Amino acid sequence: MIEVSGLTKRYGDKTAVNDLSFTVRPGIVTGFLGPNGAGKSTTMRVIAGLDAPTSGSVLVNSADYRRAAVPMAELGILLEAKAVHTSRSAYNHLLALAQTNGVPKSRVAEVIDLVGLREVARKRAGGFSLGMGQRLGIASALLGDPQTIVLDEPINGLDPEGILWVRNLLKSLAAEGRTVLISSHLMSEMALTAHHLIVVGRGELIADLDVEEFVALASTNVVLVRSPQASQLRDLLLGPDVTITSKEAGVLEVRGVSADAIGDLAFDHHLRLHGLAVQQASLEDAFMEMTRDSVEFHAHAANDRTEAPERLPQTAGDRR
Amino acid sequence: MTSTLADDRTEGPVTPRYPGMKVTQARVFNSEWTKFRSLRSTNITLLVSVLLTVGLGALISAVTASHWASASPADRATFNAVVTSLDGVNISQLAVGVLGVLLLSGEYATGMIRASLTAVPKRLPVLWAKLGVFAGVVGAVSVAAAFGSFFLGQSLLSSKHLNVSIGSPDALRMVLGAAVYLVLVGIIGMALGGLLRNTAAGISSLVALFFVIPPVLGLLPTSWSDRIGPYLPSNAGEAFWGHPTGTHLSALAGLLVLCLWAAAAVAAAAIRLKKVDA
Repeated sequence: MIEVSGLTKRYGDKTAVNDLSFTVRPGIVTGFLGPNGAGKSTTMRVIAGLDAPTSGSVLVNSADYRRAAVPMAELGILLEAKAVHTSRSAYNHLLALAQTNGVPKSRVAEVIDLVGLREVARKRAGGFSLGMGQRLGIASALLGDPQTIVLDEPINGLDPEGILWVRNLLKSLAAEGRTVLISSHLMSEMALTAHHLIVVGRGELIADLDVEEFVALASTNVVLVRSPQASQLRDLLLGPDVTITSKEAGVLEVRGVSADAIGDLAFDHHLRLHGLAVQQASLEDAFMEMTRDSVEFHAHAANDRTEAPERLPQTAGDRR
Repeated sequence: MTSTLADDRTEGPVTPRYPGMKVTQARVFNSEWTKFRSLRSTNITLLVSVLLTVGLGALISAVTASHWASASPADRATFNAVVTSLDGVNISQLAVGVLGVLLLSGEYATGMIRASLTAVPKRLPVLWAKLGVFAGVVGAVSVAAAFGSFFLGQSLLSSKHLNVSIGSPDALRMVLGAAVYLVLVGIIGMALGGLLRNTAAGISSLVALFFVIPPVLGLLPTSWSDRIGPYLPSNAGEAFWGHPTGTHLSALAGLLVLCLWAAAAVAAAAIRLKKVDA
C-alpha cells in the first residue's frame, strides 16, 4: 500500500506537486495518469525516497521507505529516467543491486529469465534498446520480490508483444496481493491495464476513481446541436449537470442532456434546429477533457472557445 | 477502501521472500566490490596509475643515473634516491584522483545512483562501502606499485652506485607514505565527485587543488605562501612521502593534515548525499 498525504514538492520556486493525497491499494493495478509535467515522476521519486517532500508525507506499506530495513522486499521501482551504469553488464548491474539486500544470486538469474534478457545479460547495458532497457528496469524492480511495485511509464519503448507481456505481468503481480502503481500519459493503455486511476494535473489531484467509472463518464454522450438560435437554446439547456461548449458559432456540444430532450425543448420554444447528432467520446478525449486546464505546455491551436470548458465531476471530493 | 480489495496480509512490515534479506554494511560493501570490478574503465584507470607510478619512476631514475656525471652540484645536493624512484607518484596521483571522482560522479552521470540509493535508501552505507572498496583496492595496488617503483628505481640507480636499500633511514616510511598518499588523494577525489555530482567539475576541482593552487600560491608574497603552503594537500603529502625540506611540515604533521583534508571532504560529501535530493 502507498499512502500519499498532503504531499507538496517544490524545486526552487517551481511547485511540482501541490498538496497531493491519494492511496494506492493492494490487490489491484492502479494507473497514475496525467499529462507531461503533471508531477507523476516527482511523486514517484518521493515514494522511492530519492527526493524529500517539501511538506506532507508518503508511506510505503505503512512505513517511511527511507528507513526500511529490507527496502527491496518493500518496494521495487522503475523510474522513467534510466538508472543503469551504461558500461556494466545487465547481469552485474542486477547482481550488485541484489547483493545490497541479501537477495540470492539465483533470483538474479530468475528475473533475467522472467523479463527475457537471458541472451544479452552479459552485454553492456549501454548498448540496450529502449525496450531492453525497460525490461532491465523491470527486472531490477522485481529483484527483491517486493510487496509494492512502482513503474514509471513501463510500456515506453516496448513492442506490442512486450506491452501485452507487461500488462499480464502487472495483473498477475496484483492478483498475488501486491500493490502496483504504474504511470502513463496514455489513457487507452491504462483502461486496458489498470483497475483504478489516480489522475493528476499540474501537481494536483484531478480524479481518483475506478476505470469503470471513468469509462462511464467518458462514454457520456455528447450531443452536437446546430442551430441559428444557439445562444437562446444554450440558456434553456443550462442546468446543474449540463456541460455546454461551443467550438464555432451556431454549434453547441452538449453533455448531460439527451438528443431527444434537446429536440423536444427546441420544439417547445419554437427554436429552429439545423442539426442534432450524438457523438461518442473516446477515452483519450475524456482524459484530455479532464486534464485540459492543467496541461503544462499547450500547443497553441487556433481553437478559440467561446465558453470556458467545464470539468468532469470528481468522484473523490472536490479539491478546487 | 472496499473490503473485497483490502488485503490484510499487507498491513505492517513485509515478510521478505528470502530468509535473512536485509541491508547490512557488509552486503553493501560486497555490492560495491561487484560494481568496482565490473567496470572496464575502473580497471584501466587503475592500471594506468600503476604504469605511471612505476614507469615514470623508472624513467626518471634511469635518466638521473645516466646524467649523473654532468649533474650540477645543486642537483647532486638535493638528490634523494628514494624520492627519485617514487617520482611517478606526482603524475599517477592524477589518475588515482580521477578514478575516485569517476566512481561517484559516474553514478550520477548514468543515473545509476538512483538505483543504488533506492536499494539502500539510508544512503550513507553506499558512501562508506564505496570508500572502503576504493581504499582497499587502491591501497593494495599502490603499495605494490610503490615497492615496485622503489626496487626498479634503485636497481637503475645502482649503475652509478646512487641506490639505497629499503632499510636505509626513511626509505620504508617514504615508500609506504607514497601509497598512503595515493589513497588519500583518491578519497578526496571521490568526495569531490560526490559533492559536485559531475565528472568535469569534480576533475577540475581536483586538478585545481593539487596542480593549480600550489604554483599560484608561490606567486603570493612569501610571508603568505610560507604560512599557507605547507597545509595544502599536495605539500602536506610531500612531507611524509617526498623530499624532506625545511618548508614542509614534519612527516607526522603532514599525514595528519592530509587526513584532515580527506575527512573534511568526505564529511561534506556525506552530508550532501544524505540531505540533498538525489
